[in-house]
Amino acid sequence: MDPQALEPDRDTFPRLVRHNAEHRGHKVAIREKDYGIWQSYTWREYFAEARLIALGLAALGFTRGDKTAIIGDNRPQLYWTVMASQALGGVPVPIYQDSIEKETQYIIDHAEVRFAVVEDQEQVDKLLHIKAQCPYLEHIIYDDPRGMRGYSEPFLMGLAELQELGKKFEVGHPTYFDDELARGKPDDVAIICYTSGTTGVPKGAMLSHRNLIVTARNAAEFEGLQSDEQILSYLPMAWVGDHIFSYAQSIVTGFAINCPESAATVLHDLKEIGPTYFFAPPRIWENILTNVMVRLEDCAWPKRKLVHFFLELAQDIERARLNRQPVPAWRRLLYPLGRLFVYGPLRDNLGMRRIRRAYTAGEAIGPEIFVFFRALGVNVKQIYGMTEASVFITVQKNGDVRLDTAGTPIPGVELRISPEGEVLYRSPGVFLGYYKNPEATRQTVEDGWVHSGDAGIVGHDGDLRIIDRAKDVGRLADGTLFAPKYLENKLKFSQYIKEAVCIGQGRPFVTALINIDLAAGGNWAERRNIAYTSYTDLSQKPEVYDLIHQEVERVNRSLAEDEALRGARIRRFLILHKELDPDDEEITRTRKVRRGYIAQKYAALIEALYGDREHVEVEAKVTYEDGRTGTIRADVRIRDVAVPGDSVSP
Amino acid sequence: MTGPDARPLLEVAGVSVRFGALVALNQVSLGICGGEILAIIGPNGAGKTTLLNAISGFYHPYEGRIVFDGKDRTHLKPPDVAALGIARTFQNVALFKGMSVLDNLMTGRLLKMKGSFLLEALYWGPARRQELEHRAFVEHIIDFLEIQAIRKTAAGRLPYGLQKRVELGRALAAEPELLLLDEPMAGMNVEEKEDMCRFILDVNGEFGTTIALIEHDMGVVMDISDRVAVLDYGRKIADGAPEQVRKDPAVRDAYLGVSHD
Repeated sequence: MDPQALEPDRDTFPRLVRHNAEHRGHKVAIREKDYGIWQSYTWREYFAEARLIALGLAALGFTRGDKTAIIGDNRPQLYWTVMASQALGGVPVPIYQDSIEKETQYIIDHAEVRFAVVEDQEQVDKLLHIKAQCPYLEHIIYDDPRGMRGYSEPFLMGLAELQELGKKFEVGHPTYFDDELARGKPDDVAIICYTSGTTGVPKGAMLSHRNLIVTARNAAEFEGLQSDEQILSYLPMAWVGDHIFSYAQSIVTGFAINCPESAATVLHDLKEIGPTYFFAPPRIWENILTNVMVRLEDCAWPKRKLVHFFLELAQDIERARLNRQPVPAWRRLLYPLGRLFVYGPLRDNLGMRRIRRAYTAGEAIGPEIFVFFRALGVNVKQIYGMTEASVFITVQKNGDVRLDTAGTPIPGVELRISPEGEVLYRSPGVFLGYYKNPEATRQTVEDGWVHSGDAGIVGHDGDLRIIDRAKDVGRLADGTLFAPKYLENKLKFSQYIKEAVCIGQGRPFVTALINIDLAAGGNWAERRNIAYTSYTDLSQKPEVYDLIHQEVERVNRSLAEDEALRGARIRRFLILHKELDPDDEEITRTRKVRRGYIAQKYAALIEALYGDREHVEVEAKVTYEDGRTGTIRADVRIRDVAVPGDSVSP
Repeated sequence: MTGPDARPLLEVAGVSVRFGALVALNQVSLGICGGEILAIIGPNGAGKTTLLNAISGFYHPYEGRIVFDGKDRTHLKPPDVAALGIARTFQNVALFKGMSVLDNLMTGRLLKMKGSFLLEALYWGPARRQELEHRAFVEHIIDFLEIQAIRKTAAGRLPYGLQKRVELGRALAAEPELLLLDEPMAGMNVEEKEDMCRFILDVNGEFGTTIALIEHDMGVVMDISDRVAVLDYGRKIADGAPEQVRKDPAVRDAYLGVSHD
C-alpha cells in the first residue's frame, strides 16, 4: 500500500475521531486532573463534546475557512475546540498562552481570527485589551467561568453556554454537523502554527490533515507506538510538537493523553500518570536532574554515598555503550544490584518507570544529562524536527543511540546536504506554505525540498549531526571557523550557565555573554555563605566570575582537542546583569537566542569585550508580562581568559 | 456582582471591651450588611483586632450587644460562633505547621462532620462517605485558591504569602456567611497582595460571602471595600464609602496623618 494513501473515512482528524468513537468508544481518550482527581473522557465523549462546540460555533455564524485562536494551558476543552473548528472546515490557530499582548495581537490580526476560544479570565483580559486593534475578532469564548461574573461584553461567552447554543442549533439543523464533516478534504489546512522565529516576525506554517496524519502514522509505525500508550500533555499547545504528540498521534493511534492540573504540578502529575511515551526539551530534563541532585544533597551520608556510587557506575557503563566500548564484567555484575537499590526506585519516583521511549529535541542536550537518564534505564532519544516538516525528520533508532547525532530519517523522509552545508529535506509532512507570505515560502521550499536553515553533516552510518544554524556559522577575522551555537551549547552544559551568546564573526577572537542559572548559582552561593539580593547582584560577584571562569576554561580545553576549532576558544567573557527573556525579545518563547537583536541591544557591552576595559556601565530595558517596562542599571565586569599555547593575546 | 443588601447581617450595638482599667473598645456601634466588603481601619492600638475578637467570641463585651442574623449572641464562645457561620483568619498565621495544606483545610470542615469516633477510626460506612464529601468540597477551595501544587506540602514549609492564602482557605472551608480577615495582606509583596485582593473579591462575588477585614494598605482598602469604618482609641470616628472616609478631616487627623490646609 502507498504509505501516503489514507482511507476515506479516516482522512481528516474529525473523521478519525469519529472512527475512534465508533471503534474504541469506551476507551479513555483524554484525562484531566481536576479537583484533585483524574477525570476521564472516552473517545465517544471526545467526539460528542467537540460536536457540540462545533454546533455552537456554527450558531454564532462560523463558516468554512474561519480561523479559531486557541489560547490556554493544555485542557481537554481546547483540544476539542481544535477538532470542532476542523470539523466545520475552519482552521485552529493555537497561540502561546504566555505571549505578551503585542505578539498575540500580531497573530490574531495576521491570521484574520474571527473566533477565540481561551482558557480563563487572564486570557480574556488580554484579548479585551487588544480587541480594538483586531478588526476580524468577533467572538471570545472562555472555558473557566471563574472571575467572569462582572463582564458584560456581548461578544463574550462561556464554553458551556456555547455548547447549549449548539444543542439548540442542532434542533433546527439536524444534519448540519455531519454535512460539514463530510465536506472536509485531506488536503485542507488543518492547523496554522506560528513559528516563534529567531529572526523577524512570526510566520504561520500551514499544515494539512494529510501532512499530519501521514507523518504521525509513519513515526508511530517506526517507533511501534500502541493504542495503550499514555502521555502527559504539558508542553504549550501552540507548539507544533504538542500538536503532533497530543493531538495527531493520539488520534491516529488512539492512545490517551493526560492534562496536568496546573503548570506548577507537572512533575507531580508525571509521577501519578507514569507515561509510556514522553517528550521534553533539554531544559526540562535538566530541571528534573537538578531536582534529584539537590534533594540528594539533603540525604543522610550513607544513602548519599550509596546513590552516588551506583549512579557513577551506571553512567560509566552508559558512556561506554554510547561510545561502543566494552564494559568490564564487574560493572555489568553490579548493575542489577544498582537497579534494585537505586535506578528502579528513582525512576519510579520520577514517574519514568513505564517509559518505553522518550524524546529530547529543540536544542542540544548536555551529555551528562543525556547519559544520566539513559543510565537509569530511561530510553531517551534525540530527534530532529521542525514545524515545516510536521515535526519528524530524524529519530534515533532503538538500540542505536549516540551522544552527538540526531538519528536517521523516519520512513518517507529524504535528506540531503546542500553544497553550502545546509540540511535539506523532503517528506509527505512538508507544509503547504506560510500563511499570507508566499515570499517566505518561496525562499524556504525549492522543488519540494525544504531549506532547514541548519548546518549539518550526514555521517557514513547515515546519522545526521546538526552543527549550528547555517547562517550563524561564520569566520573570525583571520578566517578561523566559528560555530557560535556549538560553543554556546558546550557552555550551557554547565549547570551554572543558563544561556550563553558567543560573538566572533569578523572579530579577532571569540567572546561570550553569559547568563548564570539563578537556581543552581544561588544554591552554590548559599552553600558558600555568599549573600546576594538579586540576580543582578549575584551575577556580578567575583566568586561567581571565578566559578564561570573555570567553566569557560573547561570548554576551551575541549575545543583545544579539535584542530578545526582550536582557534575559536573564548578569550574574554562577561556575565549579563539580567536574564535573557522572551518578553524582552532577546530569546524566543522556545528559548532560542535572537542573535541580531542581542548584538544591537548589547552593542556597548560587546564593544567593551573587544576593548581593554575591565568593567562597563549599562542600562537595560525590561518588559514585564503585563507590558509595562522598566530599566535595570548595573556595572558589568569583564574577565580575560588565558588561552595556553597561543601567541595572539587580546 | 452581588451588591450589599440593606439587611444588617451583623449588628454591633454600643459594645465596650475593657482589660482592667484599659478601655479597648468604647461603645462601638457598627452594622455589617449581607454581601458587602467592610474594611476596618485605624492606627495601631485603635481596637480593630479587639472588635474582631469580640465578634468571634474570644472576648466578651462589658456592655452592648452583638446581633448576628437577627439573634442576640453577645456571650457565645468561639466554637459556637463558628458554628453560626462566622469564620476568621489571624493577624499572625495560625496554621497547623506540621500538617499538610490539605489536612489544614480539612480541619475547617470539622464543625460540619458528624458521626461516631469508632466509625471515623474505622473509616467505614457513613464516616467514609462523609469524608469523601468534605474532601470534594475542600478540593473546590484548592482549585479556587490555585494551591494545587502545594496540596501535600506541610503548611510550615510554605512561604508566608502562601500560608496566608491557606489560612483563608481554611476559613472558607467552614462555608461562612461572614468572614473576618485580620490583616490578610500584612507582610506581602505587591504581587501577593494583588492575588489576595483578587481572591477576596472573588470570594465575595462568587459565594456572596460577607467580609469584614482589617487592613493597613490604604490602596487596597480604597480598591476593594464597599464601606470603610474607622476606629481611633476604641471609638468609631467615621463610617461610610471609601471616598467619603478618605475626605473626612477627623480620619485624616487620626489615621492618615495628613495635615489639611
